[in-house]
Amino acid sequence: MPDGGVAPDVLMHAERISKSFGTVPVLFSVSFDIRPGEVHALIGENGAGKSTLMKILSGYHQPSSGQILFDGAPVTLPPDGLAEDLGIVLIHQELNLAEMMTVEENIFLGREIRRRGFLDRAAMRADVAALLDRLHLDIRPQDRISDLSIAQKQMVEIAKAISRNARILIMDEPTAVLTSAETETFFRQIERLKAEGVAIIFVSHKLGEVKALADRVTIMRDGQWIATQDAAELTPDAMAQLMVGRELSDLYPPMREPDVDAPVMLDVAGLSSPAGVRDVSFQLRRGEILGFAGLVGSGRTALFEAICGLAPTSAGTVTLDGAPARFHDVAEARDAGIVYLTKDRKEKGLLLDLEMTPNLTLLALDRFVRRGLLDRAAEKAGMERAARRFDIRARDPKVRARDLSGGNQQKLLLAKVMESDPQVVIIDEPTRGIDVGTKQQIYHFIAALAAEGKSIVLISSEMPEVIGMCHRVVVMREGHVTGLLEGAAIEENEIMLHASGLKGRTTHD
Amino acid sequence: MTDQTTSARPASGGFSIDFKAWGPLLALAALCIFGFILNPAFASEGNISNILTRSAFIGVIAVGATFVITAGGIDLSVGSMAAFISGVMIMVMNGLVETMGVSVATILVGVGLSVFLGAMAGLANGLLTTRGKIEAFIVTLGTMGIYRSLVTYLADGGTLSLNFDLRSLYRPVYYGEVLFVPVPVLVLAIVAILGWVLLNRTAFGRHCVAIGSSESVARYSAVKINRVKTLTYVIQGLCVSLATIIYVPRLGSASSQTGVMWELEAIAAVIIGGTVLKGGYGRIGGTVVGAIMLTTIGNILNLTDLISNYLNGAVQGVIIIVAVWLQRGQWKRRGRSGDGG
Repeated sequence: MPDGGVAPDVLMHAERISKSFGTVPVLFSVSFDIRPGEVHALIGENGAGKSTLMKILSGYHQPSSGQILFDGAPVTLPPDGLAEDLGIVLIHQELNLAEMMTVEENIFLGREIRRRGFLDRAAMRADVAALLDRLHLDIRPQDRISDLSIAQKQMVEIAKAISRNARILIMDEPTAVLTSAETETFFRQIERLKAEGVAIIFVSHKLGEVKALADRVTIMRDGQWIATQDAAELTPDAMAQLMVGRELSDLYPPMREPDVDAPVMLDVAGLSSPAGVRDVSFQLRRGEILGFAGLVGSGRTALFEAICGLAPTSAGTVTLDGAPARFHDVAEARDAGIVYLTKDRKEKGLLLDLEMTPNLTLLALDRFVRRGLLDRAAEKAGMERAARRFDIRARDPKVRARDLSGGNQQKLLLAKVMESDPQVVIIDEPTRGIDVGTKQQIYHFIAALAAEGKSIVLISSEMPEVIGMCHRVVVMREGHVTGLLEGAAIEENEIMLHASGLKGRTTHD
Repeated sequence: MTDQTTSARPASGGFSIDFKAWGPLLALAALCIFGFILNPAFASEGNISNILTRSAFIGVIAVGATFVITAGGIDLSVGSMAAFISGVMIMVMNGLVETMGVSVATILVGVGLSVFLGAMAGLANGLLTTRGKIEAFIVTLGTMGIYRSLVTYLADGGTLSLNFDLRSLYRPVYYGEVLFVPVPVLVLAIVAILGWVLLNRTAFGRHCVAIGSSESVARYSAVKINRVKTLTYVIQGLCVSLATIIYVPRLGSASSQTGVMWELEAIAAVIIGGTVLKGGYGRIGGTVVGAIMLTTIGNILNLTDLISNYLNGAVQGVIIIVAVWLQRGQWKRRGRSGDGG
């Protein structure tokens, strides 16, 4: 769309939107428009800026520069979901419903119909029943949200949006958690909304779906607008090409030649877990960096949580350094020499209210005990050593983990798992939300660990990272391994094709 | 995540008091000065010794509660548990007088039984919350009712009294002194020191803090959550048993009114002392100061006509709220809501 003239049928037009968080820019002059009755897909790799753009379009973030035209007039969207009053509704990926309340109560939450100060339940129930009927949903107003399936919950969110006269519906990966049958129902719903003139913006990593559902597609990369094209003109392959096409710089350390004769450290055969892992097999050699690529929710985290005793297994065997390994908790896994570094620094990684030292030593606390008591001097020395080795910078050693920058938190977390002196290290999304300088440092730390003889699993949704760092790459989709890539096959198109189910083994169940 | 870091520390240079650490002690000092002004008899050696001795029950129980609360739990059953253990101890010791006579051995059996019952009661609370996956509040609310009703049943609605001769023999455990220090004060001091070492200088204590701070982080960091949490309730049970052992010789009886409200006083002492109710931060020293403060308030009201003694609970309530408000530093950070970034 050319700058300047806004076509008359444009409902909302975002013009040269830029956004920085603190000093970190995440969006660079992105323009985007949406028409009534249009389905507009937003695609790009993780970190491309899609979520930020969606949040700006729905008022949750304010742009640092640029403006938004709504119905042809410049607007400043109100924050915290108040843009819903204008008819702009964002449906978050983690749905936003009160689980213990009924469908009817949720749909009217915050704007209940009252009569003489009391709730008019009959009127609300009738309204909701009519709405659910109109949307052809097989849900009753009095159903409790916690009793519904995820797909039904999503439909309730959509019904809620419609009941608020949504004109623009923005959805973050709406089909990521749906089965294929549910996805079909979802598609029909979208078609219906479209026919009513609702504009729909959605993010998806499933390029086949994008092709099938969208009228237009906008591709983003590294916070920049790359292209907006009619979906009819684009093949999924072409989309993948546009999403990735980028040169790799020396962000990554030089790749050390893998030693094909190195002993197998971790051998997983036919592993399944009710947490969402089905029949996964792979081998990891000493000194190797094995990448795990795939979309968010493809079962990579669940796989390694199952291996490390954090999730149950239902079938298969794990062999660690020649010995059978079935761990019931993290302590057993740690003692056997395998540790998992979580992608969720704040919820699962660090004790945010504590200082750095107790965080550093927590996983390997037994090593800091002498005659039953904690050896505080040893802890302090350990902290100094770790700060040097991993370049953890804090203004004050007594600073709480919460007040460290994301990069320093990640380095502290890496230092923490290394305190237990593991042989196999599983690193999940090591550079999520981290600036490029720290990223580079972390890549070098990981490469150095591999060179020391540690075996590394690198789970990442950022493809350049997987390509730049890994000797071999396993691609997963829906809990399965869809491909094992080596050598020249480790490139973005190939990974994307496997990850999105266009290539390799897939199932339809 | 950005590099925007929000520092919660007061930036004021020079003289500033760390209220979190010293607040409870300062408040106690202020309370003592206040008591002395109202009635100089407050500062007499006898009165101070009296306050400390009376603080010992709640103090010992509260040290245990510090572990439970630091690890993110709560135990409401301690008062009833104390009453129940007292009742069983008295009945068993009375029964043994016939076979074992009025002897130290009889008392030792009673003491051993108390320790066993305390540990078992704590274990039950712990296992029900961890293995049973029931909220600690509910589990201990339930056991609170059970123990209270059991002691009422054992006493047949009345009072269980310890054999008179046995009581005379047992008496020094509450009324005696070692090197001029009353035995209960000595017990409180020892329990506090052991508690402090356990919480601040051992892996177990660090694990309690980690669990209270974030159970999921603790789980991912190889902390055996169920075991540690259960142990905190066992420690609590042992502390209750210890408090009971020094309580029984004081009155020589147990009834349905024994230990009423002790659980709330113990929790209040813990919170006044600076431990965070939702867990993750515990202070044994603060807890002991908190327990002494609560007793001091009652004592001051006894020594003055200024406020009716019947208002003891009200004054305690006000002081608890003010103490916690001061600690949280809300008065310093007014108007600063939310964090940037």
